[in-house]
Amino acid sequence: MSGYVLRRLGQAIPVLLGVTFVVFLLMYLTPGDPVELFMGQAGIVSQEEIERVRREFGLDRPFVEQYGRFLGGIVRGDLGQSIIYRRPVAVLIGERLPATVELTLFASLIALLVAVPAGVVAAVRRNTWLDALGTTVSLLGVSLPGFWLGLVLILVFSVTLKVLPVAGRAAYGTGLERQTGFLLLDAMLQGNGPAIVDVLRHLVMPALALSAGMMAMTMRLTRSSLLETIHQDYVRTARAKGMPQRRVIVRHALRNALLPVVTAIALNVGALLGGNMVVETVFSWPGLGRLVVEAVESRDYPLIRGCVLVYAVTYVFLNLIADLSYALLDPRVGVGGGRK
Amino acid sequence: MRGRAWRAFRRNRLALAGAGLVCAFSLLALLAPWIVPHDPSRGDLALRLRPPALAAGGEWRHALGTDNLGRDLLSRIIDGSRVSISLGLVVVVLCTLVGVTLGLVSGYVGSWVDTVIQRTVDVLLAFPYLILAIALMALFGPGFTNMVIALAFKEWTTTCRIVRSEVLALKGAAFVEAARASGARPTRILFRHLLPNVIPSAIVVATLRVGWVVLMEAALSFLGLGIQPPQASWGTIIADGRQYLYSARGWWISTFPGIAIFLFVLGMNLFGEGLRDALDPRLAEVSLPE
Repeated sequence: MSGYVLRRLGQAIPVLLGVTFVVFLLMYLTPGDPVELFMGQAGIVSQEEIERVRREFGLDRPFVEQYGRFLGGIVRGDLGQSIIYRRPVAVLIGERLPATVELTLFASLIALLVAVPAGVVAAVRRNTWLDALGTTVSLLGVSLPGFWLGLVLILVFSVTLKVLPVAGRAAYGTGLERQTGFLLLDAMLQGNGPAIVDVLRHLVMPALALSAGMMAMTMRLTRSSLLETIHQDYVRTARAKGMPQRRVIVRHALRNALLPVVTAIALNVGALLGGNMVVETVFSWPGLGRLVVEAVESRDYPLIRGCVLVYAVTYVFLNLIADLSYALLDPRVGVGGGRK
Repeated sequence: MRGRAWRAFRRNRLALAGAGLVCAFSLLALLAPWIVPHDPSRGDLALRLRPPALAAGGEWRHALGTDNLGRDLLSRIIDGSRVSISLGLVVVVLCTLVGVTLGLVSGYVGSWVDTVIQRTVDVLLAFPYLILAIALMALFGPGFTNMVIALAFKEWTTTCRIVRSEVLALKGAAFVEAARASGARPTRILFRHLLPNVIPSAIVVATLRVGWVVLMEAALSFLGLGIQPPQASWGTIIADGRQYLYSARGWWISTFPGIAIFLFVLGMNLFGEGLRDALDPRLAEVSLPE
């Protein structure tokens, strides 16, 4: 077991190195000199001045040395300076991260609360209209563009019914003080009832738009996994000794069926993270996804580079967690050398 | 064996419905220049923001209404389907070719070739799809070809992994041993003996991925990084209509292209799952988003 964990950790290191290399290469190949872009914002400057700044940033050094400096920077938590904000990229990302994490976690929570029970019902009532309904809805869920779902939700709940706010994370005037950056947590810590309601009202639509795909996938996975376990010998035994159906399902079948579901959660959270820039754009959600889009719009290369790096590294870790949790929950994994 | 697969597919009503949807959209896209009711790029400002026919104040001349520049929305959606669908197909065909070739080589040759290819796959898989595409679009600039490259950059990895694992399983099979013993060269074994065996899975994966690529194209174009105006794709039309959504004076502009995307992707997914059940039921869920 510990051997598997070490081996899996060891595999993550070259991947992380590869990720930093790709990110560095992307920006190294960028047409146009970042210094000219940077200085261009400050007005007309002489060629000598540009050369001086190039030396200062180390851009006149050979490729390998520049990559080395980039790696060194990452280790120290230095991701460079943003061109448009003129502030350290790491600080900007740190400011935006809580909004994205809050949205992603809330979306995952909604997805799980709906999808797991729905999947169980579909499997237990297999081949009935309930199963057909669940399967159809989940198929619709995978085929919907999340950002379009967001726009339709806005049209229905904000524009037409006027019951939910169009954009942002919180309204003014609820007396909410920002402490952790996670507004829901802040509101709860302060025991501020109106603020909790307000934050939830802002969260619900973007979270729904973001979670549609994950909900559909989790439901299908729960259903197929439960159908597989229902036919196992130990479930038949439990039934044969006269255990009530509900207990057979919950105590025996579901516990084992949820194994692949649990590990898929980490992967799905990664998928949500990757899809959040469109949803954040639709709802003007001040998170990391919005920051990337702004950075791309204004060709702020250091900022793009930093954001892409943070996304990729998070993603690698989520994958790692998925694999490790699988090994932890299923003792059969890791004995013969990893996941099949 | 193919006869059996075809019979299984024909019995699957959902898959047939999916195939019907895909055919209908493909026909619309192919015949677009001849069937669009109006010029999709020419607007008449006197006709701007006309509601769809079934809404109050609408007329059948503009069945789905007009946009903010007075262009006919139905014509724009039909015209946009050409870009969205062809982009999805080009990316997937390209990635299937690359993925199958690299998967075959990786699985059969093994050694350092396998290591290099698989570590590349690992690194690419570490990037969320859309983030990588966005970064590449920022690098290349917008446009159809650049978008194909940006979306294909990671897409081939799915096919490559599946083909590789199939080749690993087939490598020791008797027919491969026999071919090798009779002196067949590696290229011949790869393309004459192994390739036909991995084609069904490759086709299934390709079908299931078209919808996903179309969704990503829409997202990129919606963000303004993909197809540029005046050319229309489903994603750009949704973006055009976004500001008119809030005023409730133009809800139809964003709504209808979204329905088009949804129906096409749904058709593609139903079709792909039907193909999977008929051709290769062992292939697990490959329609996962990443």
